[in-house]
Amino acid sequence: MSAVVEDATPIEGATPTESATPTGAERRSGPTVRRPSFAATVGALLHKELRVELRTLESAPGMSLFAVTVFVLFHFGLNKNSVSGDEAAGILWVTLLLAAVLGINRLFVADAEEGGFDGFLLAPVDRGALFVAKALALLIYLLALELVAVPAFALLLLQPSLGPALPQLPAVLLLGDLGVAVIGTLVAALAARTRARDLLGALLALPLLVPVVIGGARASAPLLAMHSSGAPARWLATLGLYDLVFGLIAYAVFDFLLED
Amino acid sequence: MSRTQRARSQSLGLLAVATTLAVGVALGMIFFYAPLEAEQGFLQKIFYLHVPLAIVALCGFVVGGVFAIQHLRTRESRWDLRSYVAIHMSLIFGVGTLITGSIWAKGSWGHWWVWSEPTLVSFLIVFLLYATYQPLRFAIEDPERQARYASVFAITAGAFVPMNFIAVRLSTAYLHPRVLGGTSNLPPQMALTFMVSLIAIALLFVTLCRLELSAKRTRGRLRALRRRLAEDDPAIPVRRIRSAAPAGHEVHA
Repeated sequence: MSAVVEDATPIEGATPTESATPTGAERRSGPTVRRPSFAATVGALLHKELRVELRTLESAPGMSLFAVTVFVLFHFGLNKNSVSGDEAAGILWVTLLLAAVLGINRLFVADAEEGGFDGFLLAPVDRGALFVAKALALLIYLLALELVAVPAFALLLLQPSLGPALPQLPAVLLLGDLGVAVIGTLVAALAARTRARDLLGALLALPLLVPVVIGGARASAPLLAMHSSGAPARWLATLGLYDLVFGLIAYAVFDFLLED
Repeated sequence: MSRTQRARSQSLGLLAVATTLAVGVALGMIFFYAPLEAEQGFLQKIFYLHVPLAIVALCGFVVGGVFAIQHLRTRESRWDLRSYVAIHMSLIFGVGTLITGSIWAKGSWGHWWVWSEPTLVSFLIVFLLYATYQPLRFAIEDPERQARYASVFAITAGAFVPMNFIAVRLSTAYLHPRVLGGTSNLPPQMALTFMVSLIAIALLFVTLCRLELSAKRTRGRLRALRRRLAEDDPAIPVRRIRSAAPAGHEVHA
């Protein structure tokens, strides 16, 4: 917590053109200022997000460490040295989801506490850009998490080797991550400015992400089985449909969370 | 009492009478008209209560989402209040659905909970999601923001209801004979009883919603009057009436 307070201030001062706060130049030039394009806004916001993460190292490393710890817990909780198939897919997805909740809970904390929302609202930019940038940031954290967690899972618990699953597993994970990123961003924004924010983030996100667990676990179970076979197409389609539907809905309603 | 208020309470009275009649007729038909089912016997009659409760609760959740869209479009607090009441009442009907479903599962399959019944499992997930609606609402102080955030939640969750049912249904292998598979294969007497029960439960839902709405409106008016009194005479303290009403509905005099 203290790391945010210490590190976020110099960042805001150091990168005024990239952060959401309007610069002195923008304020002076008034209404004649040219609105930056959507892509440029998203790029700037994402850049700021990743720079904060690189300086504080708060989300992705914590999530990865958490995932590895949960694998150890599963080893003792299930009293098993190795898992495969359905069990392996379930442990992997539940662990990834719980780790994702940590990232979701942290996603808007700095903005809510340090006035990032106010700064963003003062800037003459499309508000949807914040959603896209935050979702992309969360997606990057999730990919970083999986870069650590999946090999750790293969090393610690998975009985069949990861090799045969490799061509398809990243695709399944990416489809799941997209869903987690859009719903996670929406839920994080919903919970960020409430009392009991950490509790609400998890309570809102987990039921909403049940279809992702169903789709992800069912799609990756055959990949992680002793005799690996391809991921069933209908589960990939379900994940894709989920990503599309909730991506559109979350993008559409996100604006309403940013009005004050 | 204004004219609209009088008309409202009159129509609520009529609605209450109609609901009582419908529920009475439905119960009568369930116990005396509908034939006993060959396999499950008397136990199957809980179907006429469980399925309408589930359908009405799910429709209530979706309607709450539609009201929430109206609220975000018009910014009128009455739509938020309606959305709140619809979701609140659906949660209560949802508890009824889960309890009756559980009893039915125990009676026919011997377990209080079965994971192989996709409709029941989906319902539990939807219920768990909506159970966070009120904690979310009451964790936000500012009434205007509370209404807006609750609407965003209601819309997302409303869209989640069908999506979740698709995913859970796909994931379940059908192990058990399915009575819930639709009314098309029911004998006509059973289908008729089911339709009457559905109408009765839907009427009950609407009546209870209207009752809650009118209670909330009255409470809001009372609060406004108290405030006005307190403005006239500063010796009277403004006492906040304990209520679970959305704060957005408070009338600021």
